[in-house]
Amino acid sequence: MGKSLFEKIWERHVVKTIEGGPSVLYIDTHFIHEVTSPQAFNGLNKRGIKVFRPKQTVATADHNVPTLNQHLPIKEELSRKQVEALIKNCSEHGVELYGLGHPYQGIVHVIGPELGITQPGMTIVCGDSHTSTHGAFGAIAFGIGTSEVEMVLSTQCLLHSKPKLMRIIVEGELNKGVVSKDIVLYILSKISASGATGYAVEFAGSAIRSLSMEARMTICNMSIEMGGRCGLIAPDETTFNYIKGRKFAPQDFDKAVAEWKQLYSDADAVFDKEYHFDAADIQPMITYGTNPGMGIPVTGTIPTTETINETDKSGLNKSLAYMGLEQGAPIKGQKVDYVFIGSCTNSRIEDLRMVAAFVKGKQKASDVEVWIVPGSKQVEAQAKAEGIDKVFEEAGFVLRQPGCSACLGMNEDKIPAGKYCISTSNRNFEGRQGAGARTLLASPLTAAVAAITGKVGDVREWPL
Amino acid sequence: MAKAFTTISSRFVPLNIENVDTDQIIPARFLKATTRDGFGKNLFRDWRYENDDETKPKADFILNQPQYSGEILVAAKNFGCGSSREHAAWSIQDYGFNVVVSSFFADIFKNNALNNGVLPVTVSEPFLQNLFSLGNEATLTVNLEAQTITIDATGESESFEINAYKKTCMINGYDDIDYLLSIKEDIINYENSAP
Repeated sequence: MGKSLFEKIWERHVVKTIEGGPSVLYIDTHFIHEVTSPQAFNGLNKRGIKVFRPKQTVATADHNVPTLNQHLPIKEELSRKQVEALIKNCSEHGVELYGLGHPYQGIVHVIGPELGITQPGMTIVCGDSHTSTHGAFGAIAFGIGTSEVEMVLSTQCLLHSKPKLMRIIVEGELNKGVVSKDIVLYILSKISASGATGYAVEFAGSAIRSLSMEARMTICNMSIEMGGRCGLIAPDETTFNYIKGRKFAPQDFDKAVAEWKQLYSDADAVFDKEYHFDAADIQPMITYGTNPGMGIPVTGTIPTTETINETDKSGLNKSLAYMGLEQGAPIKGQKVDYVFIGSCTNSRIEDLRMVAAFVKGKQKASDVEVWIVPGSKQVEAQAKAEGIDKVFEEAGFVLRQPGCSACLGMNEDKIPAGKYCISTSNRNFEGRQGAGARTLLASPLTAAVAAITGKVGDVREWPL
Repeated sequence: MAKAFTTISSRFVPLNIENVDTDQIIPARFLKATTRDGFGKNLFRDWRYENDDETKPKADFILNQPQYSGEILVAAKNFGCGSSREHAAWSIQDYGFNVVVSSFFADIFKNNALNNGVLPVTVSEPFLQNLFSLGNEATLTVNLEAQTITIDATGESESFEINAYKKTCMINGYDDIDYLLSIKEDIINYENSAP
């Protein structure tokens, strides 16, 4: 029997298996940030031990940081203390830190790939659920809790049971105006926010293969929103070309590529569950509810108790009450107050290019606040080199500085209660972007339309 | 080293809401601590209080109804989805819950709970609905050794799954780090032999 991509990587990383229990899984690369690591370092200090493999650990500050005036001290005391704790812990334990002010600083799931640290065949973890992003390179990458961060810091290993295997195949050509965010929101709307819980999810098919690395990362990023343990895509020429020449790309690149080429699911690999979707069925998507599975085409109507799937039925009224939306109403034309383009889902250079190409020569709607937050210092520098910041400026937007920003309401960038925010991030949970904030998840293109019109619109009605 | 876990008999708090995500359990703005202590007071913060004001509890939220109490939280399916923040498990434990019962748990939350000595008990959907239909006086017994959860008044019982390794850890209060540190030789051998 053939092996799946996941199994090929997993088996190479099992140190040993405990009888009747989990496997000891070796972790190649560990990313850490300021929010979920301090208690883990405390644990090490309490045991009197040092980080076991500091060279396999990379740190950055992203969750808490402001996205304006990063050269000034962080105003909020607790945020500042957490960032200071990270600096202290990294220095004491010999861990490389790309902190505020460093040219490599940025959202942890943006900087790993862009530095070439993320590579096919690796096991990668981070105390952040969107670690699944790195799976776009054909790696096993998943989010962990702080106790597990402590395990990896102290032993470079984790105890995990092998998940079940799922494959999601998307075949065909994408419609005009449809981008990878729409693909993943569409899949979520079909299989629900818990549809992949307990599974490692491989994305495959011609529509996935046709995507750039940035676009693949958007899809794997949101595999956690389906509940997936991780999401992964077999590496190919697109992957190799992306990595080539990056800072931490393998020295003997040809040798590495030869090995990476073995990383695919064999034709007779067996999956516990498989879904097939047709790319032609996918339209620009947007969410109306309070979990990422509650999505509809921008031209669609909000489900009713009669039309909604079983999974979200019981939560529909609670969700809509929070969102201030009505059953059966169209979503197109819905007024928005804020537009947030950023987060580990959609803050890469390609996302900013997409938005810039659309807004060039247009003007921001007067009653909308627009925040564009690059994923990293490198993305910011690249955007400036390409004049993207000027395009934004002329349209009335500001390109801010890198960080998690309004994705999660723990830094200065919060959406006020009751306000609607169309957001390229990954979660529309109650209060996610700030207490009482109402989130509509969408692609960078759909967000750009809202930035210009102040409303939810259909990007296909514009010249593309 | 977590607290050893054996059998718990207690009343329970029914939280009949599906897809409870970790942003609800503990909103991100409370993740700024550098220790593990004191998260319980912010458990379900935005469901518990009007406008983030502790003097204005929302009367209809279950934690604000004193007739419901106990060491067991019973929640509807897909509990703990979303962010990997272990602070969710810490806040549940710090509030006083040692068991969470649901018909379905998100993966990362389940691991985080187990790593903190909070037992996630997965029951069938009918059993869960049965629990939601019981009054506030009802008590449950969770026996980790036997892997059973029982409604004390009626004796109705269901068994639950937990892997043997984790069960031993919970019963004895062992933690994974102790184990991993004990096999460091194996880890180094792996590193030396890996391709």
